[in-house]
Amino acid sequence: MADTAHAHQTSTGLSNVKLGMWMFLGSECLLFGGLISTYLLYRGRVSEGPTPSQIFDIPFTSVSSFVLLMSSLTMVFAVSAAAKKDDRGTNLWLVVTAMLGATFVGGQVYEFTAFYNEGLGFSTSLFGSSFYTLTGFHGVHVTVGIIMLLALVAINKRSKVPGSKSETVEMLGLYWHFVDVVWIIIFTLVYLIPV
Amino acid sequence: MSTDTHTHAHEEAGDHAEHGMSTRGYVNIAIILALITALEVATYYVDFGPFFLPSLLIMMVAKFVIVVSYFMHLKFDNKIFSFLFYSGLVLAIGVYVAFLATFHFFIR
Repeated sequence: MADTAHAHQTSTGLSNVKLGMWMFLGSECLLFGGLISTYLLYRGRVSEGPTPSQIFDIPFTSVSSFVLLMSSLTMVFAVSAAAKKDDRGTNLWLVVTAMLGATFVGGQVYEFTAFYNEGLGFSTSLFGSSFYTLTGFHGVHVTVGIIMLLALVAINKRSKVPGSKSETVEMLGLYWHFVDVVWIIIFTLVYLIPV
Repeated sequence: MSTDTHTHAHEEAGDHAEHGMSTRGYVNIAIILALITALEVATYYVDFGPFFLPSLLIMMVAKFVIVVSYFMHLKFDNKIFSFLFYSGLVLAIGVYVAFLATFHFFIR
């Protein structure tokens, strides 16, 4: 009953929630596009402090990227379990996804700390400012995703998910996968392509 | 008309499970993504010569499309969703390529 609640009559015949989510993700492309472009423009502007090639730890960031990539797989499992009305499986995979996301954010905090100790502060150079702004914005998105994942688990355990449970998990999944695809771009353009 | 729309909406709602792939299929996609990531990292250590930049960009786009198409189900969903997302993406790429060109980014 609850799962069909969102399927009320709409002019498109599609879920308005889902339409809104895709529109939001489309607009997020513009936000991250601006941040990535600014980084590309300023990454070579190092008046003082370390350059990208001096501080980037590719093996470490590769492992972080792999962890985030695998969290997309566990999120798919959560969406799949929710579609099958498997509450236990849904909660399990949501928690696993949140843990993988937390591992990624922990890695980012470690990386930021290491960079700061090596002399790259937020205002040290244009490279530092644009790097921290871009990766920081992404990290905030992942953190918000983790909070939403854990909140959904808590609400789901009390069986108080409003509307369609499977659609709610699916929308959170779309957000999480988007955060993953943004990192796919950041990893290549920021870390792997030298200045 | 309204009944058709209503029925369509119910079909949309009930087809979440059928839209995607099997668990095995998702695992295979994840393995492909992991392999592409490994190849991307390899370009950092192995000299790919003039193919370095094109190969990295192609692998990045491939990973992006795979995640959006399969993990986000865009390949199996209504085309309106694809239009909404890709129109935002294309607009972003257009705007920022023009922005970077203004600053002579591509001719340095």
